[in-house]
Amino acid sequence: MTAKSETVLWIAQRASAAVLALCVAVHLVTIIYAVQGGLSAAEILGRTRGSAAWFGFYSVFVFAVTVHAPIGLRSVLGEWLGWRGGSRDLALLLFAAAILLMGMRAVVSVLA
Amino acid sequence: MDLLAVKVWRGGKAGAFQSFGVPRHPSQTVLDVVTHIQRELDPTLAYRFACRVGMCGSCAMTVNGVPRWTCRTHVNKVIRSGGLEISPLKNLPVIRDLVTDMREFFDKWARAKGEFRGSKSRRDDFETVVPDSPERKAVDAGIECIGCGVCYAACDVVAWNPDYLGPAALNRAWTLAKDQRDVQSNERLRAVAGDAGCHSCHTHMSCTEHCPKQLSPTAGIAGLKREILKSVLSGEL
Repeated sequence: MTAKSETVLWIAQRASAAVLALCVAVHLVTIIYAVQGGLSAAEILGRTRGSAAWFGFYSVFVFAVTVHAPIGLRSVLGEWLGWRGGSRDLALLLFAAAILLMGMRAVVSVLA
Repeated sequence: MDLLAVKVWRGGKAGAFQSFGVPRHPSQTVLDVVTHIQRELDPTLAYRFACRVGMCGSCAMTVNGVPRWTCRTHVNKVIRSGGLEISPLKNLPVIRDLVTDMREFFDKWARAKGEFRGSKSRRDDFETVVPDSPERKAVDAGIECIGCGVCYAACDVVAWNPDYLGPAALNRAWTLAKDQRDVQSNERLRAVAGDAGCHSCHTHMSCTEHCPKQLSPTAGIAGLKREILKSVLSGEL
């Protein structure tokens, strides 16, 4: 890894953390608000499906997690397990792809 | 006479604590205790010191689990359950007893491009450095490091990542990055970026907490991150 790419990873993790701080807050408030009246799963899906705004919001959420989590895990693997180098980065790319796929699958199921 | 129960590390990486009873004195420092053991109780004890007044940075050891200058640490301040446990600094190979091998610590200063390189010769006039400029103030805040290794021994990241340059080397790089006379800024920023450099710092602030000179390597490391980001964004790095 060059100094430049390490720096890009560093700022990507911090920028995604800033996005996640907002997303998590909105997500939690929305959950608490939505269940106040005792909504069923079917009623929730009835309200979420087809909403372009929520689809956009949760897509951003999933994308931020996809960026943030693997970079953090990269440090954990290096510092705790001593796993560094290309094999670690390849494994983390697969991990990122899995997060993106699972996250977007959930977003499409609930919001599309 | 009151006796102080002192446990001292003996041996190299493999070794054990040895117990000594040392007479208590008013205003006694931990270095006084170690010196008493070597001069009066066991002349084979190896330890390192020079100035005895907090200038040379050679007498740092782990005292009751905390890295400290032994010459500037009064026994009264650190005594626990009537005793002291003295061991070599962590994160450095132990040569023998309380003496560590500091080579890697100082090699990392070189790896962080910790040497000054100017562009002027002796025939040029003196460079004017404005004392109140933000750059010079940043340099002043970190320049008093004497290389004792206390921050390096206190750093968790050094323990987890043996290549990590450590707080002292990065603090040195920061003071040079802010030195208007130095001409190898980009090479230095490149040297201190990434996994072995400032981006590995977790901002635990153990270095800042334990620095006997009350410097903040953490602030310098944060400054390096900002400078490196600016250089990457402007395409210089």
